[in-house]
Amino acid sequence: MPAALINVPAKAKRGDVIEIKTLMSHIMETGYRHTASGEVVPRNIITSFACRYNGAEIFRADLYPAISANPFITFFTTATESGKFEFEWIGDNGFSETASASIVVE
Amino acid sequence: MTNFHPPTRRTFLGLAGGAAALVTAPVVTVRPADATPAMLSAAIRNVVGEANVRTGRVRLDIPPLVENGNTVPMTVSVTSPMTANDYVKSIHVFNEKNPQPNIGNFHLGPRAGRAQVSTRIRLADSQKVVAIARLSDDTFWSATVDIVVTLAACTEEVI
Repeated sequence: MPAALINVPAKAKRGDVIEIKTLMSHIMETGYRHTASGEVVPRNIITSFACRYNGAEIFRADLYPAISANPFITFFTTATESGKFEFEWIGDNGFSETASASIVVE
Repeated sequence: MTNFHPPTRRTFLGLAGGAAALVTAPVVTVRPADATPAMLSAAIRNVVGEANVRTGRVRLDIPPLVENGNTVPMTVSVTSPMTANDYVKSIHVFNEKNPQPNIGNFHLGPRAGRAQVSTRIRLADSQKVVAIARLSDDTFWSATVDIVVTLAACTEEVI
């Protein structure tokens, strides 16, 4: 099972505003929960998400424990040129995942 | 009072055990103080500084009645032409009663095309959620929504 699900249109017209949907599978443990025996479950969340379009950052998010498990983030961008979207998630305990998607702009 | 016994060695040992439990208790059972309206305004001040936050231009779409606080869909959109000179720099979302006042910060730019972000959040209680947008001219605009949560997030135990 892939850790990340990305939805980027394969094609767009120049100047179109396109929607990008991303989902990363992650527990997003808040650090505020307890086990039945009373121990605190240590925090384990994704703290940062970024999207680059042909190398330039177009979207970035700082995440807190209030973001649900399996963080689902959607945002928009203007299709200016064909190229590659790169996505990066960074989190606690050295968590780091990347994904990419290509788009053809006509 | 037939239950009264003079102190015995066992009683003292019991007391000692109780005292030990008290000492370790905060480590195990302490529940972090919930965010308060004061923490909410402090978190907002952290982002906006001394700037004036005006109401309007921001739209916060979130269900007013939530059955499960663990996954609450949320969309923030800002009225903005999103041109090179007039765009939304960032969107910040806060809450009143989760353990932490911050929910997320979303950094946009003129290339976003549309100032809109969606995600799913956790809500620990019925409370107020505030979205604040920072525009390219460094003005701040906000929207506030009151939400009723029937099943709170964060409270369940891990089995």
